[in-house]
Order: sequence, then structure tokens, then C-alpha cells
Amino acid sequence: MEIQTKADLEKMGEKGLKSLFPGTTKISVGMATCGLSTGAGKVYEALQKEIEKGKLPIRLNQTGCIGFCQREPVVDILEPGKPRVFYQGVPPERSVELVHQWLENKIVEDLLLCKMENEEWIVEGTVKDYPIRRIPSGLDGTPHYHQVPFYSKQLKIALRNCGFINPDRIEEYVARGGYFSLYKSLFEMKPEEIIEEVKRSGLRGRGGAGFPTGDKWASCRKAKGDRKFILCNADEGDPGAYMDRSILEGDPHSVIEGMIIGAYAIGAHEGFIYVRDEYPLAIQKLRMALREAEAVGLLGDHILGSGFSLKINLFRGGGAFVCGESTALMASIEGKVGEPRAKHIHTTESGVWDSPSNLNNVETWNNIPIILSRGADWYSRIGTDRSKGTKVFSVVGKVNNTGLVEVPMGITLREIVYDIGGGIPDGKKFKAVQTGGPSGGCIPESLIDLSVDYDRLTEAGSMMGSGGMIVMDESTCMVDVAKYFMSFLKDESCGKCTSCREGTKRMHEILIEISEGRGKPEHLDLLEELGWVTAEASLCQLGGTAPNPVLSTLQYFREEYQEHIIHKRCPAKVCRALLQYRILSEVCTMCGRCAKVCPAEAITGKQKTKKGKGKPFKIDTKKCIQCGMCFETCKFEAVEVQ
Amino acid sequence: MESSEIDAIIGKYEGREPAILAILQDIQTKEKYLPKDVLEQVSQKMHIPLTNIFRIATFYNALSIKPRGRHKVDVCLGTACHVRGGNRIMDKLERDLGISVGETTKDKQFTLESVRCVGCCSLGPVVVVDGNVFGRLTQDKVPGLLKEFKK
Repeated sequence: MEIQTKADLEKMGEKGLKSLFPGTTKISVGMATCGLSTGAGKVYEALQKEIEKGKLPIRLNQTGCIGFCQREPVVDILEPGKPRVFYQGVPPERSVELVHQWLENKIVEDLLLCKMENEEWIVEGTVKDYPIRRIPSGLDGTPHYHQVPFYSKQLKIALRNCGFINPDRIEEYVARGGYFSLYKSLFEMKPEEIIEEVKRSGLRGRGGAGFPTGDKWASCRKAKGDRKFILCNADEGDPGAYMDRSILEGDPHSVIEGMIIGAYAIGAHEGFIYVRDEYPLAIQKLRMALREAEAVGLLGDHILGSGFSLKINLFRGGGAFVCGESTALMASIEGKVGEPRAKHIHTTESGVWDSPSNLNNVETWNNIPIILSRGADWYSRIGTDRSKGTKVFSVVGKVNNTGLVEVPMGITLREIVYDIGGGIPDGKKFKAVQTGGPSGGCIPESLIDLSVDYDRLTEAGSMMGSGGMIVMDESTCMVDVAKYFMSFLKDESCGKCTSCREGTKRMHEILIEISEGRGKPEHLDLLEELGWVTAEASLCQLGGTAPNPVLSTLQYFREEYQEHIIHKRCPAKVCRALLQYRILSEVCTMCGRCAKVCPAEAITGKQKTKKGKGKPFKIDTKKCIQCGMCFETCKFEAVEVQ
Repeated sequence: MESSEIDAIIGKYEGREPAILAILQDIQTKEKYLPKDVLEQVSQKMHIPLTNIFRIATFYNALSIKPRGRHKVDVCLGTACHVRGGNRIMDKLERDLGISVGETTKDKQFTLESVRCVGCCSLGPVVVVDGNVFGRLTQDKVPGLLKEFKK
């Protein structure tokens, strides 16, 4: 099918509608990487077998992730006349039970997540009600999707389609309003008007620095050159952030549509998507989506029958963190080693092969179609004064509800951690949130009411970054966190600038000294000085922001450093060299489990049996390697750490 | 790797120099690492100095010039996995396999490597074996995991 007119596009949308709502029962399994890692593949296979065996009138479907990754595998059932029902944590062996209960108009209560009676089609700005005639028994008390605390404060713009469409079916994307913004851009708008609209929306880059997207486009459009490039940064390198992976796996066309619109506005005819090598499924979904878009005439020569042509290539990264930096990414595309260069001339004027190049991140591109369909006025009403729209955060670490959370800018950290995240597990105390990846910092409890936007986060000594939000509790050691990031940066520094190559290495060495009990009081000043030099004297932002994890933890958690240095104690009980394990003889039940798992044979005692009296177990501290196996294994809390 | 196989991979990218990373990745997919003699042939066939190829092969973490075992075990050491004890999983794997990170077991069954985030942060700590992601690991689940691949 070649799409040449708006009517063709509408026709494809109708086809997609039939696929979204096939008129029979449809079971969708969330099969993004997070789902697959908890057994979604096996759930799918079990369902498939059962449906084939019983020749059941059910359509089985694959979809992306609806954000609540912790509760994967998520399965939803949609049948005309009934509310849509979402199940969570479905074990493969119980997936068949869902089907049989459903066929008897019943539900499996202990696996229920929520029900849904309508869905929002935010690209069009409409709400589609499901025609409900029959409610399966037992569903009355089940919360609605918007009543689940994890979802209640979310506003899904970037994640609009994830978990609702089959990423391999372009028609389902079109049915939910996809590619209509492209049509509007090509036939109803001039490139300058598109750029103006993006400027007015207030959209800022979602990859980290937060540069105004419209301004970037305008300067690339203005730049002289016959050959221009449009680029997508899908090299999501910040550990702890994975929204781009989820978008690419669950809704790849949203990124492609954004890029085509951008290319038209700027005047580019060639493009690259630079994807992380660590994301094989995202690569596969993108490859499929690019092929489909080309096959129907939405990409390639004379898009939608217009005079505009664009070719987009997929570029698989090589697993180098520094390639997330714009000039390093471009060097990598050129087939060189991914090292940054000085940006005296902006990449919008001289980027890939010295041609004007416009690079935006996955989430930025994904926002473009909706800005054009709903308009800049609508978009700019969401968020704060200088940070417009929503942002997807990956709320992970020591928090009850983990997953992808999309919220309007300006929401407080407290709302994210407590209302959406459900607080800290096991009754532990909240300590800090780390944002911005290795370039960011740790925000302490005293700032938990901070409004989450680009400027406030920077003021607090951290940054927005790509949206990783790692929650830390009292059992997280801040010296260890700083050491972790420094080890990461030391490994990932490309080595071009001495200040970064040596600075990160020396800071890491000092942090090892402190965490192993050899720290000296003067180390803290030295860390600050080294941090300052590293930031000031390095070419790119990897080095420029490298000291942040150290400086921000020193700023807010200096006493914890001092505790390590002066008292040789790790209050969070993380730094292994400073720990001592002990078995409380009065609590020990003499079961002998700890001795069995101890890899160092450091635990001795005598197991209590029916026949003989036992002897409480003891740890030989000289032999102990502080692996923590005994602590994890003991069910009676008889092992103590000090 | 046969010379003709190398030709086929280079041909897939029309011999373009900028595609060198993709070519090396394809070779690695087949061979599990980048053997020296293959790199020498690539250098000659594509007229790229061998030093440049080695520079690329050693710069990117995804590429390895050291032989790898039958199964590749990647321990995620991203931030979320780290705060949930990813390094303890790594220690346990090192102990159980009797090798350090970056090494291959004597029987050539397992290569142990680390990876900085696979984007499954909700399910940390995470280990990836031959591309299959295993989440919510604890030290005591490690022996079972290895057994599954030991066959």
C-alpha cells in the first residue's frame, strides 16, 4: 500500500483500528525487554499453545511496556462490551488460568492490576470509551487505571502509545493519530512555521542539557550547506535511565515521524539513528519500523507524494558512553573512534562530514508530532515557566514502585518518590535521589520538596540529564555511590583530555582509600580541588560534569565521608573493608545454613539435629571475606553487621 | 573465518570505510571476538591501516580482541543494579566460575564481563547470559543460573 493522500492515511488508520479493536477477545502481552526478562516470552508461548489447542476465538498480541516494569509480565485482556483488564506479575504457568476464567466471565483476582473503561488518545485529544455491557464478576472493587497510585499523577505524552499498540504494526500507530502531523507539516505548513511552532512550545532537549529545540532547528536551517543531516541520539548511556529504550521498543514510529518533520523543517535529506549496542530489541523494532515506513511511502523518496525525500539509516553504537556526546557521536558515525572535539563551531553548522547536523534525543523527537497536532499553546500550558511539557523518569533503586513515570515538569520530588513510587521498602529511611546519571548529583532529603525542572535541579547541584532517578535509602553509602560513578567515568573517559583521564582516575583512587579505611582528612579538600580542575580543563561535558557525583555528595553528606575517614566506619554498612560480620549466639538456631554457604569456610559450629545438641555458629573474622552470604541466608536475623 | 566470508560482510556495507564499526560487529557476531588474522585481512581488503582498526577494536566496549567462551555472562553494573547489590552478584560469579571479570573459564564455557546498564533498572540486579536477561537476582540464585547454561 502506497500512501499518497490524506485519504490513504485515513484508510490505513481504519485498518489499524480493526487491529486495535478486532471485535473478538484480544490478549496483549507486554514484551519489551523488561517484560521478557521476567518471563513474558514464556507467558506468550503458553497462551499461544492454549489458544491453538482449544481453537479459542482469541487474538494474541504483543505490545510494549506500560511503564510499571516492576510488575511485569503485564497481560491485558480486551473484549468488546467489557472493561479492559490488566493483570500483573503473571507467571507463565498461570497465564492459561486467565484465559479460562475470562471465558467464564470471571477474573483472577490475585493477579489483577487495574481495569480501564476508556483510553485517552492524546494526539487527537479525545477519549475513547469502551462500550461496556457486561462486567466480569469480581471486577467491581478493582481500581481504575487512573486510581492506581503509580499512574494517578502521570500524564502520558511521550509514552502515549507504549503498551497500547503493537510496535510492529504501523497501522496501529496511524490509527492513534500517527503520521497525521507529518501530513500537516508537509502540506499545510512552511518549514519556518514548523520551527516557530516548536519554539513557541518551549520544548527543550530531553537528552540532558535542555537546549531549546526550536532554536537548534532554526540555526541548523540557517546554516549554509547543500547536504544536511538529521540525527537521533538513541545512545542512552546514563546508567539508570531507560525511557528511550522503552519508547523505541514500544512506539518506534513516534521517533521516526518526529525526525521526518524535523528534517523537512531544517532541509535535511539524510538521517541517522545512533542506537546503543546494549539494546538489541530496540534495534530490531526500529529496523522493522523503518522498513515498514519506507514500504508504505512515509519514508524515502517523495514522502506522501510530496517533493520531500528523506533516507534514515540505523547506526549501531559500540558501547561507549562518551558517544552520547554530540561530537563524539558524529565522529563515530563517520567511522572514526568516538572522541569529542572542541565546539568552536556548532554542530548545527558543521557536524557529520562537516555538514550542518541537527541532533536530538529520542524523547525530544517523540514529542514533536504531538506538538504539531495539539499546537504549541496546548503544549506550553503543561509544565513550569521555563520547563514545558512532561518528562519521563525512570524511578528505580530503593523505592517500592519502580518503573517509567511520565509527569508534568514542576512536580515535586516528594510526589514522585512517595505518591507515585510508594515510598521506601522495608520501612527504611529515605536518604537521597540521584538524578542526571554520572553527570548529575545526589539530592538530599532536605530538598525533597524541590520542583523537578531543568533549572531547579541544576541549582541543587544536579541536573535533569536524560531522566534517571535512582532512589537511595539509609542502606546506600554515599561514598560508595561517588566511588561507583567515578569508576564508571574513569572507564568511560575517552582519554583525549589529560584533566579528565587523570582527574577521574585520581578521584577514584582517593575514594577507594576512603572506602577501605585509609582515608585522610586532607583527602576531602583534594577531591574538591581535583574536581574543579577536571571540570574546568576538559573539552566535553563528560569531563565537565565528571566531578558532580563527588562534589554533590561532599556538599550534602560530608559527615558520612568524615565517618569513614575518622572513625573508619561505614554507617550504611556497604563499604566491605570496614564491615565486620558476627553471629549472635543467643539468636542462632544452629541450623548450619550460614556455614554451608560461606565460600571462605570462615564459619564453624555444630548443627543441631534430632539426635545431638548443637553448638552456636561463629565467624572467624580473619577468614571472613565480607561477602554477605551468611547475612542473606540466615532466616533468623542472627547475623549482625557492624 | 574464510576470506570469502569476510568479503561477504564487507560487501554488505559496499566496502564503505565509515561502516567499519558495523563490519567489526558482524565479524564478532560470527566469531564471538575479533581474531587478529581476520583484522589483518579486513585491513588489507579495505585499505585501512591496521593500527586504525585496532584503535577502533579496542576503543569500543562492545568489541573484544580476546577470545570468548561459549556463553557470555554480562553482569549489569548500572547505578540501579549497583545500589541493589550488583557487585555482590559479580563477586559470587567470580567465585563460582573461578575467574575474574574479563576472563574466560578454562573449559571455554563462560566469559564473564560487566555491562553498564541494560535498561532493566526496575528489575535489578540483572545479569545477561547470551542475550537473555535475568532480573531480581540474589547470590543464591547464581548457581542455578549457571547450571541452566552448563549443559
